[in-house]
Amino acid sequence: MSILVVADHHNADLVAATANTVAAAQKIGGDIHVLVAGEACQAAAEAAAKLEGVAKVLVADHAAYNHQLAENLAPLVADLAKAYSHVLAPATTNGKNLMPRVAALLDVAQISEIISVESADTFKRPIYAGSAIATVQSSDAVKVLTVRATGFDAVAATGNAAIEAVAQDAQDAGLSSFVGEEIAKSDRPELTAARVVISGGRGLGSAENFAKLDPLADKLGAAIGASRAAVDAGFVPNDMQVGQTGKIVAPELYIAFGISGAIQHLAGMKDSKVIVAVNKDEEAPIFQVADYGLVADLFEVLPQLEQQI
Amino acid sequence: MKVLVAVKRVVDYNVKVRVKADQSDVDLTNVKMAMNPFCEIAVEEAVRLKEKGVATEIVVVSIGPKKSEEQMRTAMALGADRGILIETDEALDSLAVAKLLNKVVADEQPGLVLLGKQSIDTDNNQTGQMLSALAGMSLGTYASEVAIEGEQLNLVREIDGGLQKLQLKLPAVVTVDLRLNEPRYARLPDIMKAKKKPLEVKTPADYGVDTASKVTTLKVEPPAERQAGIKVASVEELVDKLKNEAKVI
Repeated sequence: MSILVVADHHNADLVAATANTVAAAQKIGGDIHVLVAGEACQAAAEAAAKLEGVAKVLVADHAAYNHQLAENLAPLVADLAKAYSHVLAPATTNGKNLMPRVAALLDVAQISEIISVESADTFKRPIYAGSAIATVQSSDAVKVLTVRATGFDAVAATGNAAIEAVAQDAQDAGLSSFVGEEIAKSDRPELTAARVVISGGRGLGSAENFAKLDPLADKLGAAIGASRAAVDAGFVPNDMQVGQTGKIVAPELYIAFGISGAIQHLAGMKDSKVIVAVNKDEEAPIFQVADYGLVADLFEVLPQLEQQI
Repeated sequence: MKVLVAVKRVVDYNVKVRVKADQSDVDLTNVKMAMNPFCEIAVEEAVRLKEKGVATEIVVVSIGPKKSEEQMRTAMALGADRGILIETDEALDSLAVAKLLNKVVADEQPGLVLLGKQSIDTDNNQTGQMLSALAGMSLGTYASEVAIEGEQLNLVREIDGGLQKLQLKLPAVVTVDLRLNEPRYARLPDIMKAKKKPLEVKTPADYGVDTASKVTTLKVEPPAERQAGIKVASVEELVDKLKNEAKVI
């Protein structure tokens, strides 16, 4: 068996979830190759070559692959896929955008967001917002999978794989073009990779109040997340949303301030190792999953907590 | 421009889904069903395009059991002009759904296909992407803004870390995210009118599509239950527990 992992990256660096995806590939077993397709993406390729367990990194460097537009990238991946038993990508927005298009070109099914590898053809994945876990078996010739990063511990960056350019007649399909992007700049760790996540909900009350999470986050080196209610209320931008349709996180410590705990939010964080909930409402469903609950006014708790930690 | 909107009948998002005792599937007996929330947003966007004079006709398509007609009538009450139901009692995988939609696209030749980014039952997040590949159309997933200018579609999409702007060539497949719009409710007179709109019923066999899946579900189980922990009385106690019991700070 041989496995192709499609890296998610920003040309200059590798997206952390790629290392978790390589870990999932290791569980399947076999030669692991990583594809880095982008433009001027040598640095990302070098980072991929360091991932433990990777035998070879394939680099497709071409303007058509910049920004990972699915229309241009899917034919490349589908073409390479014919030499592999499995094609994996992290379940990031890039991976989820690309892989179904690859699968359709190969006329195979795609299995989304696996959280465990039972055998080379059998995987577990959450359905109904994590209310159930399905075990699915694929008899497709090439198994096309996306991997939920929180299901697998990232491999170490201690490897030294060969890097090889793949000669492809890269073509811009001419269907879509990149215009621009607005990426939130932050000195904080990335939400899905942070050791500690502090999240705020509707209970914060306003965008100004949301900033009151900052001092504690600074002290703990934490990423800041939000519930959908807080995003919909306009307190914070949507890329901070933790939940079924937002980011799936599983940090060592998750602290929820003023979040009631709708099932869609719990789906995004209930695999965290330790959950702390601070809420005025003692009936809030978040307390049903919290290891430590504190029924209190979060605005009184925040400064005290910052002082005492 | 003709707009095709795909909708799916799924369990209502407020229902707490439980697994069957024999672990064959989730138990949907007597459970409230509704239009998939992301599909509602897709329908709303189509209706807004029609109100702006960009869309000339909205065709709603659904693939599923007979009762999917309820959700299609809802879409018609909101503004869809006619419907195509591809009736099947089997739970088709995304590839089969995309193949059927591709046949509808070939028949109808829409300028734009709108779908939800995922359905809240299987959480696959695949159908739109697959359809775009099969139909050779441009693809815009996770849309939070859609604007049509001539033969181009200007799209803002939600990506990890922020927003991305793309320009798509029409015809395009667009899958919608939560913040594209806020769907309206159907008005009673429109609900009555919707009953008279044309709804064509087909089967997968009519389209000559093989819908057999290569993926079998072996088992469906409840997730590992998280034990509720304890309530602490003060910030001091909380800090003590985090330091000395959980050892995470």
